[in-house]
Amino acid sequence: MIRLEKRPQPSRAWSLATPLVAVLATMVAGGMLFALLGKDPVEAIRTIFWEPLFGEFAFYYRPQLLVKGAPLVLIAIGLSLGFKAGIWNIGAEGQYIIGALVGAGIGLAFYPLEAWYVFPLMVIGGAFGGWLWAMIPAYLKTRFGTNEILVSLMLVYVAEQFLASMSLGLLRNPEGHGFPGSRNFNSYDSATSWINESAGMHWGVVAALIAVIFAYVLLNRHMTGYHIRLTGEAPRAAKFAGVNPARLVLFCLGTSGMLAGLAGLFEVAGPSGQVSIDFNVGYGFTAIIVAFLGRLHPVGILLAGGLMALTYIGGDIAQSNLQLPSAAIQVFQGMLLFFLLAFDLLTNFRISLGKPEVA
Amino acid sequence: MDLSAINPVLLIASLMVAATPLLFAAIGELVVEKSGVLNLGVEGMMIIGAVAGFATAVETGSPMLGFVAAAGAGAALSVLFAILTQYAQANQVASGLSLTLFGLGLSALMGQSYVGVKPPQMQKLDIPVLSDLPVVGPILFGHDPMLYVAIAVIAVVWAVIKFTRIGLVLRAVGENHDAAHALGYKVVRIRIMAILFGGACAGLGGAYISLIRVPQWTEGMTAGIGWIALALVVFASWKPWRVLLGAYLFGGVTVVQLNLQAAGVAIPVEYLAMSPYLITILVLVILSADKSSAPAALGRNFHAAR
Repeated sequence: MIRLEKRPQPSRAWSLATPLVAVLATMVAGGMLFALLGKDPVEAIRTIFWEPLFGEFAFYYRPQLLVKGAPLVLIAIGLSLGFKAGIWNIGAEGQYIIGALVGAGIGLAFYPLEAWYVFPLMVIGGAFGGWLWAMIPAYLKTRFGTNEILVSLMLVYVAEQFLASMSLGLLRNPEGHGFPGSRNFNSYDSATSWINESAGMHWGVVAALIAVIFAYVLLNRHMTGYHIRLTGEAPRAAKFAGVNPARLVLFCLGTSGMLAGLAGLFEVAGPSGQVSIDFNVGYGFTAIIVAFLGRLHPVGILLAGGLMALTYIGGDIAQSNLQLPSAAIQVFQGMLLFFLLAFDLLTNFRISLGKPEVA
Repeated sequence: MDLSAINPVLLIASLMVAATPLLFAAIGELVVEKSGVLNLGVEGMMIIGAVAGFATAVETGSPMLGFVAAAGAGAALSVLFAILTQYAQANQVASGLSLTLFGLGLSALMGQSYVGVKPPQMQKLDIPVLSDLPVVGPILFGHDPMLYVAIAVIAVVWAVIKFTRIGLVLRAVGENHDAAHALGYKVVRIRIMAILFGGACAGLGGAYISLIRVPQWTEGMTAGIGWIALALVVFASWKPWRVLLGAYLFGGVTVVQLNLQAAGVAIPVEYLAMSPYLITILVLVILSADKSSAPAALGRNFHAAR
């Protein structure tokens, strides 16, 4: 008989190994899925994981890793702070959109002025927009005890409608011949987030790295980080220790909103280039997977963000080379989270075979 | 703008249609939450139901079979959630989210060849005399059968929870799983049954969108209805009949909003389209003061030490 025994301490080894095991299991299950779709599974997996890094056109795909990975890491770092403390912000997609809109709005207001302070102001605007959007669930939770999961998610749909309204109205390019979408930031030198486009470097990549370091220091060397971890692991103990739960909610949601807003701004002023109805591609939701896959640890998130970016790029290649449907990659990413959660069992429990002893 | 073009009778009739997907999904989730489990995967199970029901109905030509398949598909997806939370002891919030993300992807994959296809129509109820009555006819007797099924499910759930032993056990498990376990109830088994029921209901709700309400298949067509259903359970304070009330309220907002769009009110379309979500938030805020009616063990995992 198979039984589960709770470990006295979570296993450190398994905690590090489960993401790897989950990735392997996802490759196997994903391969089966691709085989069902009539594709060669080995070829498909190779295309997704090998081609972008070491294939013939790797020189083109490698910079893409930075472009796709940066927003994922940036958002996931913010989410992980809240997730650690049991504060569930799942509306990062909305904060990403609003951050992008506010930041882009500031940039467009200055057009065509070329000045050094345009981009910094946009960055501040992006951070502020995301922060503001996240403050709605935070305030409602601290003031009225409203569930932050539902409110933050509802606000994604509100933000999407708002984006549609903005890109068709206020922010629309006046010289765009009536097409929806704003002016392109890539032809506005003071407002572009690119540092070196051919290398995939933009300010979002820099911000993501700073966020990783910031989160690492916060969680390991700072009182607030300690409070976050304490609240997540022992909420009652945290209360007795004098942790102010309301302030923690405001801090976690605010920080994650700010980072998501920044990610949106860097994306809209760089890789995406303009505000358009569908410039958001679901990074806010994929970042949830990244946060868990990285074990809510800053360094882990950095690695997980890279891996997830790889599946995006590899998925695109597989789509054009093997005609693999784009939704297959979405399924693949979803599976990854499933396996991760399932194998996580081994971190906290020991599987023992044999009859239970009579107590 | 021409508000006189809005016919109140048709408005109420279409409100009931708009509310039915919510009814199915919310009553299923209510049972799940009564057993002490929080399944945030409603959106994912709904969209899987939507695509499975649509595909089955198109292939077989029978909408009824479509609904059966949708219930099966929703329940099948919820099995994953049951395994994760009940056996692998995974965090319920994370597991529910993964169910939604996975469901959205899988449905897009399954539905690829069905974009733009027209599903077979479901016969509307046509009772001689009654269905032809003015006003009352179209509102009470002129709908498709599934709309009545949804109301029947609410009645059955209410009766089972209130009057039967099964309902008592379900509530016991949701209020205090340790006590229920000590009394010899199979906590895990009961919760799995509840999760499966919730999955089947969510699947039905999804199929109602793709087969009757719209009727068409498009990617991501549930557009947050699963999440609104979750909010609705809170709104209903975990009471079945209040789910009906809440669903008709939200259905009303959706339909009025669509009618105003059609009537060309001076408010931009996007702001009207936001309204159901904003009203959901507003309702959540008003009702969140009272948490006393939530099942006490909601969201907590159960692991019997021996």
